[in-house]
Formats: sequence, C-alpha cells, structure tokens
Amino acid sequence: MVKMVKHLKAVGKPSASPGSLPLLTLEHGAIPWLLAVALATAGPHAAHLPWWLSLLVGGTLLWRAWLWQQRRPLPPRWALVLLVIGSIAAIAWQFGTLLGKDAGVALLVVFMALKPMEMSSRRDALVVVMLGYFLLLTHYLYSQSIPTGAWLLAAIALLTAALIRLHGGAQPVATILRHALLLLAQALPFMLILYLLFPRVAGPLWGLPQDAYSGLSGLSEEMSPGTISRLTLSGAIAFRSRFAGEPPEKSDLYWRGPVFDEYDGHTWRARALPAKAAKQLPVVAGIGAPLAYSSILEAHNRRWLLALDIATRLPPDSALAPTLEALAREPVRVRTQFSFASSIDYRANVIEAPAILQQALALPKEINPRTRALASEWASRPPEKIAAAALAMFRNEDFYYTLRPSLLGPNAMDEFLFDSRRGFCEHYASAFVFLMRAAGVPARVVAGYQGGELNPVDGYLVVRQSDAHAWAEIWLAGQGWVRFDPTAAVAPARIEQGIDAALPAGEPLPMIVRLDSDWLRQLRNRWEAANNTWNQWVLGYNPQRQREVLSRLGWRDPDWRGMSASLAILCGLALLLVTLWTLPRRLAADPVQRAWQKYCAALKRRGIPRAEWEGPLDFAHRVAREKPDLAALTNEAAGYYAELRYGRRASNGQLLRRLQQCVRRLPPRRRKHS
Amino acid sequence: MPALASLQRWLFRLAPDEQLPIVLGQRRIFIVPTRAGILFAVVLMVMLIGAINYNLSLGHALIFLLAGLGIVAMVHTFHNLFGLCLTPGRVPAVFAGDLAHFPLQLENTRRQTRRALEFSFAGQATSSVDLPAEGRASVAVSFATQRRGRLDPGRVTLATRYPLGLFRAWSYLHPRWSCIVYPRPIRTALPAPSPTMHADHLHGDNGQEDFAGLRPRQLSDPTRHIAWKAVARRSDEQPHLVKQFAGGAAEELWLAWSLTASESGPEERLSILTGWVLSADEEQARYGLKLPGKQLAVARGEAHRASCLQALALHGENGEAPESSRQA
Repeated sequence: MVKMVKHLKAVGKPSASPGSLPLLTLEHGAIPWLLAVALATAGPHAAHLPWWLSLLVGGTLLWRAWLWQQRRPLPPRWALVLLVIGSIAAIAWQFGTLLGKDAGVALLVVFMALKPMEMSSRRDALVVVMLGYFLLLTHYLYSQSIPTGAWLLAAIALLTAALIRLHGGAQPVATILRHALLLLAQALPFMLILYLLFPRVAGPLWGLPQDAYSGLSGLSEEMSPGTISRLTLSGAIAFRSRFAGEPPEKSDLYWRGPVFDEYDGHTWRARALPAKAAKQLPVVAGIGAPLAYSSILEAHNRRWLLALDIATRLPPDSALAPTLEALAREPVRVRTQFSFASSIDYRANVIEAPAILQQALALPKEINPRTRALASEWASRPPEKIAAAALAMFRNEDFYYTLRPSLLGPNAMDEFLFDSRRGFCEHYASAFVFLMRAAGVPARVVAGYQGGELNPVDGYLVVRQSDAHAWAEIWLAGQGWVRFDPTAAVAPARIEQGIDAALPAGEPLPMIVRLDSDWLRQLRNRWEAANNTWNQWVLGYNPQRQREVLSRLGWRDPDWRGMSASLAILCGLALLLVTLWTLPRRLAADPVQRAWQKYCAALKRRGIPRAEWEGPLDFAHRVAREKPDLAALTNEAAGYYAELRYGRRASNGQLLRRLQQCVRRLPPRRRKHS
Repeated sequence: MPALASLQRWLFRLAPDEQLPIVLGQRRIFIVPTRAGILFAVVLMVMLIGAINYNLSLGHALIFLLAGLGIVAMVHTFHNLFGLCLTPGRVPAVFAGDLAHFPLQLENTRRQTRRALEFSFAGQATSSVDLPAEGRASVAVSFATQRRGRLDPGRVTLATRYPLGLFRAWSYLHPRWSCIVYPRPIRTALPAPSPTMHADHLHGDNGQEDFAGLRPRQLSDPTRHIAWKAVARRSDEQPHLVKQFAGGAAEELWLAWSLTASESGPEERLSILTGWVLSADEEQARYGLKLPGKQLAVARGEAHRASCLQALALHGENGEAPESSRQA
C-alpha cells in the first residue's frame, strides 16, 4: 500500500504564507477541464449572440484545444491584446453600446473565450472558473425554464469537478465527477434553506439597462393589418387562469387588452384622453354572479392585465381605465399572479363621457368612399340594426377568414370589403368599426385574447399568443358599450372552438397549437403543467410568496431579523449534519481490539478484571488459576487475540469472528439472589 | 507584545510534539479562506446583487447552491487533515548545501483518499503527497542546508487546499527531529599515510620517500611542499605547484586538523578533513581522525566513516556530546 512520494511538485517559490495563492504552473491535464468549463458556460449563449461572436468563441476554444493537444506554446500576449480590443470594438459596433444586458453578456463571453489563451497558472484557471459562475448567472437573463435549471446543476457539477482537478492533481475522471456530485449533494440542503429563508428583496435595486425587457412578446399599443396575425404565429403562453368555479363557455372568454379608438387609415391607436375624461371613473354593473379567478400573467412589459370582460373586482395597485380595460400601475415585467372577479353579462358606462363618444365617431377624411357610401345607406336605421346589417354582410357574402390576407392600399376598407374579402380578425374588427362610425354609431376596436384551452393536468386555462384577437364595441344609448365580434360572423368556429378549428389546414399556425394526436397533446399538457408549478414555486418565489409560504408553515408575520436568525440556525444544523456525514469513523477502531476489550469487560463483570499491563496470555494464566471454570474459554480467546494482534494471521475474518463469539459463549453470570 | 506571543504559543502550540504518532485533532487544525475563497465570496455577492436587480429566481438558486458548496468545501478541506496520523522517521545525515530530507510516515484510516497534502518548513520548498484511502504513504520534507552542524529545522507546516481551493487548512507539526549536517567536503589529495602510530611524525618527511612529480597546489597542501623553484619560473596567475611524493609503507592514515593548511579558515579546514574522510573511505584505507580536543582511533567501514563525519559536523558546537549519548 505504501505509495511513494510524488516528490516535490517543485514549487519554485518558497512556501506560501497562509491564504496566499501559490503561483503554481497549471498542469497539462487540467486544461481540458477548463476548456469544458468555458464551453459549458459560454456555449449556450450562442443562441442569442451574433453569429460572428459564436464563431470566434468556438474558434478560439478549438484553437486552444489544438495547442493543448500538440503541446504548443500559447500565442504571444500582444496578439491576445489585439484580439480583445478588436472584439470589444466589434461588440460596441454591433450593439451600439458596451453597457446593457446583451453587450455585457457578449463581453463576458469574449473574455471567457480568450482567457484560456493566456492561462498558465492556477490563478488564471481560477479566474476562468469564476468567470464561468458569472456566465451561468447571465443565462437566466434569457431563460429560467426547467431545462435551464437542470443545466445549472450539470454546469455547477462540471465547474466543481474542474476545481477538484485543479487542486487535487491527476485522478480518474469518474473519481473527480463522483466527488463533485458528493459535494453538490451536500450543498443542496444549504441551497434549499437559503432559498426558502434568505430575506428576499424586491428588485430592481437600480435602473435596468434599456434592453432589460426586450424580447417580451404580446399585444402592442397599436394595431395595423398583420399585427395580430403575426402574434398568432406564436404558441407561447400569454397567461394562465384558474377559475374558482366552472370556467365559462369558450365563446364567452373575451380577455380585454388595449382599446383602440383612433384610426389614421392604416393603424389603430389608443388616443390619449383629455384630462377630464381620463379622470372619470367607469361605471360597470355586472349582471349575474361574478366569476372569481386568478391569472398568472407572463411578463409582457405593458400595463394591461387582460381581465375577462368585464372586470368587477381588481387586484391591488390596478384600476379600470376609462376605456374599461384593467391596467396595473406599473408594466408587468415579471410573471405575476393577479386575482379578479368578472361578469360576463354587464352594462358598462351607460352614461359615457362626451369626449370618448366623440372620439368613437372620428374617422380620417376622404378615404374609403365606397365604405362610407354603404354606411350612409344604413345610417337611418337604429344602431342595433346597423350592426346587424354589417354582421349579416360578413356572414352571407363570401368573406374568408385567413392568416394570409391580401395586401391593402390607401383605401384599405374599400379594398377589403369589396375586392379581396380575405382577412384576419383585425381586418374584420376594423372594417366593422369603420362602417359603424361612418353610419354615425360610436364604435371602437378592442384587442385582447379570445378563448383558451383547459389543461386537465392542473386545471389551468391556458391562453396563448395564438389566441390573440380583436373585436369591436359599439355604444348604445341605455345599454352602454356592447361587444360585437365580426369574426364570429365569418368564422364561428374561431370563437366556439379556437383558432386551430377555424383555420384551414394550410395556414401557418404554430405546431403546439395544432396537435392532432392525443398523446402529444397530453404530453404538452403535462409539460406545461410542470412549467406552471415551476413558475409559481421556483420562479415566482418573491418577497410576497416567501411571506405566504412561511405563514403557511405556521410562522406569522416573519421579519428579516427572524428569518436571518432561523437561517443561521438551520445552516448551522446542516453544517453539523454534513460534518457528521463526512466525519471519519475514528472510533471505529480496530475490531480485534474491540472484541478483546469486550471479552475482558465481560470477565470483569464476573469478578476478574484484567490489569492494564497484563498481556493476553498472562491474563489467561491468571484466570486459569483464579477461575478454573473460565480457563478454557479465556485461553482460547487470548490465543485468538494474540494471533490476530501479533501473529501472522493478522487480518483473518474467521479468527475475528471466533474471538467475537467467545463473549457469547461465556456462561451466564450467577445471580447472587437466585 | 508578550501577550500576543503567548496567545500565539497557545493557539498554534509552538512546543515540540512529544507524543508519537502525531494525530491531527480539531484542536490543532486551523482553517482560513484563501485568496481564491475571498474572491469567490466577492463574486457571489456581486452575483447576488445582479440576481436581485434582475429578479432572477434561478440566479438566487445558483448563488445559494454555490454558497452551500463553499461551506461544504470548508468541511471537506478540514477533513482532509482531520484524523491524519503522522510518524516522523529517522533523518539521514547530509552534507552542507544539500537538501536534508525529513521523512514522515502518513497513515490514513479513512475510506477517502486524502489528496494534495503539502508539507514544508518555513521558507523551504513544498513536498506534496496523496494519501490513499485506508493506506500509508511517506513523504520527505526537504530543507536546504547551508552550514554544518546539528540542524533543527523547526516545525513543518502541513497544509491543504483540496478539494476546491477556497479554504486552506493547516497544522503545525513539530517532531523532535534533527539532522546532522556534515561539512561541505572539499576534495583534495589525501595526506601521506604514516607507518607509525605517532602523530608527531606525521608532518615530517619520513615515509614520503620518492619525489613523484609536480601538481597544482590545493588548499590542503602544506606550504612546505610548494615547489618554489617551479613557482618562480611560472607567471603569477597560475596556481602554485607542489611536490608530490609516492611510496612509503603507510598502514595507517591519520587525518589531522594540523595537516590542513593553517592559513585556511576553520570551516575550510573541516571541509578538507571531510573530503579526506570520504576519499579515505573510498580507498578503503584505515584511517583515524584528529581534531582539536577529539580523536577517533584508526578504523575503517561505514560506522567509522559516519562517526568521523559526525565529529566533523559537530566540531566546536555547544553540547558537543554526540547524539547517541543523548538517546541512551
């Protein structure tokens, strides 16, 4: 077993003082681990980095691997400096800045790719690992999904293994990985305790860079032909809702987003209201029992909360706008849960501000003459009849509901209504509103989502971007704002069954929406339900949720002092456990010694203690003299012990067992009072 | 500052270890974060601020996992030393200027390998060793010797950063060991053997019968042998020549302090004597050693060589009593 000294891993420098980092040269065998660290932490960023950067990273890492394999010297320092400066300049040119999320990540990636090129000491290697930690963190700026979480564990295991290789010298890869996983397993309890109890602070601590929330999708603040149909191409989830009772019919699920009341001939916008009208509170009366539900909104960086039409009870820090949509005080920038109550039957703003009604009649001058002519034919009728006539036209004449409408010119409504007749919901809604306004009926376009799909796994109604929709609203005296959905007249299946039923097979709908096979759909449901749980319990664990969880555990009103104290106590306990776990079984001394001591203790109880200095055979002789009845057995035990301890059969399991059995073979003690 | 000194003595147990084997308990293992560990903590703090700012739940999880890893690493670094058994071994003598090796037998009763154990004397090179699970290993801690005498190397620092390098655990070992450092040998020609037992006649010309030739003078040559005529003929840069004699019927060789050139310093003379001892031993001659105040009788063999060298090493030292008398 004697391993010869791995002599003098010669340290040129005299021994380091405590805490200083020895300038050890990096072992050749440690370099692949560090390259793997660089690849694992920088590699996944390729998904959102400019292609040339990914190419640079891949190229340098390959180059470094080749240099390693050929045992060639590293490139000169000046070449690296040139490369770094060039990369920084290219990043500045690409992103327009060096600050901000994307540019910052790109810089980190460049450093990570180039650091291995000048890696010669253990300190350089540590810098690579620390950079790796940073890069891992930056992944979560882009995605915090379950796979990213799993990647976290795998990457940390790799980084830990690299550190072990760095400090422990050459070992088999499996040994290193096993050790790394052991360390991780022991670190997990600490992570859980800290995750649960570390006092959470609601961010952000300072202003975030402008691109912090880029890339969030959802409805936008204006609508032109194509806005909604483009959104429909995404199967991403917009929000999930859970109703306290039965969810209503699909055709009643109109989730209200922005309201557009200004039209310039191409684009619909929400007009800033005059101050007086903006101050007027909407008057909403629900008919029938209100439906209670809560929605988990994905971040979309807008204020609207997409409540079911029409919201009668709103979550804190939100209000109903004069145009009846629920608005939060701040844009929704993280996935958040909101609780509402809504009434499907309602009367809203039976008395409306004149400014709003006036705006609901405004049209750009002199465009769409044919549409205006048609509307003026209807103008003499009562408003309900006008709306009915428009819907009847959509229903009876050959209008097509399609994601691929024809392009429209300056007189868009004329072209759509009389020539192309192919359009998506935004075309129908805007044509309907144009007709109404031309006929003198106050009308406006409402955007939002329609429908949703119940996930039977967790009971949440899932609403996707592909459920985005636009409909119309007209104001009727005595009834207030009444919803009309011209799409329902053209393609009733859209409202009743959903977009995948309403569009013919050739339309470019996302795969995830159009799952024909049952088991695929089920798989998707399970995956999305798992994601939902993950979102709520892992990602949505904010200060508020922390308080909820702790009070559910029976801790009322936890404050940060109490949390810190219990955090310290629990971490201490975990530390103790880990220490006990790793503590060498020191007391598990020699089993031979233990068995012999046990035998001697048994004899002591029988009135013949062994003296400290007495050897086994001497002791056996004395026993033979003083207690002849125990002589034979003691002689045997002493013989085994002497053989095991000093003889040639030092590690003989059979002998040991026999020695252990001697204790059991002792005759029972005579009781004095039996 | 006596308070600080006594605190240090108490904390680091500066007294030599009397009990063998040395078993490292928690009382004598110290642990502090390394610079890498401090960097790690700073990196975690910065990451935490980032995670809070961007509201990254997974970022929190990552940071907390790393924090846990740091704590666990501390425990493991500590355990890399904890319970280690060390037995100091016999220290072979060396010549001044060579590396003295202080051997330690290590025993691991644990089922895990103890890796990257680094041993060093203060200001000396580090020897590193891996100790297999439930196994033994030996390590020689080196000390660069500079002067002859009895070398007390002081305490050994046993340190480790394994597994993650975030912490450095260390312990001071202070076995009672010392190393005899022989003088650095200077090889010169042996003095002429003498047929008699009387040292008084050694530096006479008796027994050095035939002139055998000239050779460059070495430090050990007595001035009397310098070939002054030859020297006068040659230029100053060249070494002086001495006359060499051969023949004679020497049975016994006396290596005496008085035979070395008296103008050399005492250390140099000891070095010359050391060189003679080595040469005489190589030639398997019978030789004796005469030092001021000490005389070793004519003998030959390994043990004689060792006692001669030891006498040279310890010449003039305080408590010159050889090691054997102390151990008896």
